[in-house]
Amino acid sequence: MSDPILRYEHVDISYNGMQAVSDISFSVNQGEILGIVGESGSGKSTLIKAAMGLLGDAGLVTRGDIYYKDINLADLSQAEIRKLNGQELGMIFQNSGSAFCPIRTVGAQLYESMTEHKSITKEEFRKRAINVFSKIGFEDGDRILESYPFELSGGMQQRVGIAVALLSNPGIIFADEPTSALDVSVQKQVVDEMLMARNNFGTTIVLVTHNIGVIGAMADKVLVMKDGKMVEYGDTSQVITDPKEEYTRKLMDAVPRLRRA
Amino acid sequence: MDPILKVDNLTKVFSGNGKDDFVAVDHASFELMRGECLGIIGESGSGKTTIVNMISRLLDPTEGTIILDNEDITKASGRELRKVYKKMQMVFQTPQESFDPRCRLGDGIGESLRNNDFSKRDARKRVIELLSECGLSEEFADRYPHQVSGGQCQRAAIARALAIKPSLLICDEATSALDVTIQKEILELLNKLRMEHGEELSILFICHDIALVQQFCDRVLVFYKGRLVEQGTPDEIIRNPKDAYTRRLIDSVL
Repeated sequence: MSDPILRYEHVDISYNGMQAVSDISFSVNQGEILGIVGESGSGKSTLIKAAMGLLGDAGLVTRGDIYYKDINLADLSQAEIRKLNGQELGMIFQNSGSAFCPIRTVGAQLYESMTEHKSITKEEFRKRAINVFSKIGFEDGDRILESYPFELSGGMQQRVGIAVALLSNPGIIFADEPTSALDVSVQKQVVDEMLMARNNFGTTIVLVTHNIGVIGAMADKVLVMKDGKMVEYGDTSQVITDPKEEYTRKLMDAVPRLRRA
Repeated sequence: MDPILKVDNLTKVFSGNGKDDFVAVDHASFELMRGECLGIIGESGSGKTTIVNMISRLLDPTEGTIILDNEDITKASGRELRKVYKKMQMVFQTPQESFDPRCRLGDGIGESLRNNDFSKRDARKRVIELLSECGLSEEFADRYPHQVSGGQCQRAAIARALAIKPSLLICDEATSALDVTIQKEILELLNKLRMEHGEELSILFICHDIALVQQFCDRVLVFYKGRLVEQGTPDEIIRNPKDAYTRRLIDSVL
């Protein structure tokens, strides 16, 4: 196995002097999917925001290092991290639709997001976008590029969000609650698409969600957070079926499960 | 036994200027028995909330009748409607937004009591009883909505709904905004209340989580594009879905 693509080493994060996350260490290998679960306020979003430099003015990594390949993300300036974001570090948010400008077409915005990092002709961009769309199971790529965001349903917007993240073929994708605003049937589609992306592009994904069903379907490894601390970290099947910690067990028991048989 | 709620051919058509009419709910008929917990499931846009809004009279139906406790409330308004709300109360998805941000929780919970001739002191006493019934201590009566967590606020919202001793409690996605652990606590609370109140409390439970409905409800209705496509006990429907949409919905659960 190669070196891990992402490494957190004893990371502490504070907001205005209040510690939100303490002493988190984990690593993610190329092509792996790591799921981070926890209740609201457990610090799971903060954890990945730190890697993307999105903590805002109040937030600060006070201790530890976050390595992407051999770059220490915690030490980069805003300008440096902006070069990496999108290009090397892709992101998918809970509500991709609201991240788009409402008065411009999806295509124009995707094109802009690409030219931000490298020069590319419109023709090349179009080919590439449609190629990505088809790889994650979108058939009508042209129509989507010409649509305005409001012309697409919430599920479609979210899928476009995934496509945007994949466009510049980043080394790692951070997904913050990517399916939480969606219906179960659409959620399944989005989960399938992210898995397809991993299979076709070998993309590493760090997935933050409170939905343990999604984790079970996607993640190779799981990290359970509570009150800013790491409670449990291990293989998905082990954590879900045979949790070691009391809190994880409580969390797993609270998940309503469908009895089918 | 007569049903507490009987809905007959309920229809809602939204029509806009120059736009095609949109049928949000299409001739839905169902009954809710006394002491029963009836679940409604379906994806976004299937008309779940529109149905609830019509039953709770927040929205006028285009067609059909709503009978609550043998009384036609389809066109109830004003004073009559206020009487209806003694029998029917709602719990909404976002508890923090359903309380007046400038009033203490205790004022919100006691409002229905004050409107029904409780003295200030009696109302306060009852509020504290209600809070403890819902697992909150006395001090919560003096807190503002922003000073409590989402789960605590939802408990207060349930206390508020129960204050007037309604026979029908409508929960519209009451647990969807909460963490699974808090969701479990709220469901345990609702279960406890059902045990204590027996036939005096019926629940209409709107939810998009099928597994949750299976755990909690006696009977379930499946809505798709405004139409009632299937109904039965949760186990029946999940093991043996008759409608193609229901099957797809169940297959999508991870």
